[in-house]
Amino acid sequence: MPAMARAATTTDAFNAIAEPRRRQLLDALAGGERPVNDLVRELGLAQPQVSKHLRVLREVGVVAVRDDGRRRLYRLNGKALKPIHDWVKSYERLWSERFDQLDAVLDDLKQKEEGDDSDE
Amino acid sequence: MTVTSSETATLTLPTDEQILITREFDASKDLVFRAWTTPELVKRWWHAKRGTVTVVEIDLRVGGKWRYVMVADDGFEVGFHGEYREIVPNERIVSTEVFEGLPEGVTEEQGGTVNTATFTEVDGRTTVTLLVQANSKEARDAIIDSGMEAGLQDALDLLEQTARSLR
Repeated sequence: MPAMARAATTTDAFNAIAEPRRRQLLDALAGGERPVNDLVRELGLAQPQVSKHLRVLREVGVVAVRDDGRRRLYRLNGKALKPIHDWVKSYERLWSERFDQLDAVLDDLKQKEEGDDSDE
Repeated sequence: MTVTSSETATLTLPTDEQILITREFDASKDLVFRAWTTPELVKRWWHAKRGTVTVVEIDLRVGGKWRYVMVADDGFEVGFHGEYREIVPNERIVSTEVFEGLPEGVTEEQGGTVNTATFTEVDGRTTVTLLVQANSKEARDAIIDSGMEAGLQDALDLLEQTARSLR
């Protein structure tokens, strides 16, 4: 892990989503655009708190907002989340490749077991 | 060797200190457990096609030690070791894990993790979940960063292959 120092240079989006409530907001927005009231209800927090978290997410571009009459609608901005997605993906790929090899080992073990059975 | 169509491992971050990896296998949990805990078999899959696993020591009992070493294709050697804390055959293994190249100033307590592997079989297929519990968000993130290094290595390997094919 030569990258211990990298944490300090991670983009703002990383820090913004480090907060569990903000991740909850992102989860809630994953299904599509939602008005603030919806989000307040879903998180069970007071509106000012929700608004505060949404503001942080907006500042780093992870969430976008538009006015629809009297409602403010929030949505995810997938592009801003991409660095985080990529970051996790590379570690996920290590395990995917490991497990692909494990598939081959298991195939071998299964064939051997079947072979043993037919010998009996 | 049979080429099995690959299922992807899914990775989530349940809390700031955790990594959860899940994957389903087309085999009974007995077989998956055997492949997970038998040194000769671990050598065949743990390399993730990034090098050669040179050491696999497994003393599968509570308090027993384990150690894996891989030499990556570029010659870089990485080692991991730890201790078994809980073993339920074919069901669950809890073990500690320490990366042998922790940055200076990072203690094993700070950089080490507690890993819980569970094996659940349904209709002859086994789901493996691997929960990695770090001691801090920084330590957790550093582990994920290590995948970035490997990812970069993948990219360089591909680039080299491509360059060779152009010769």
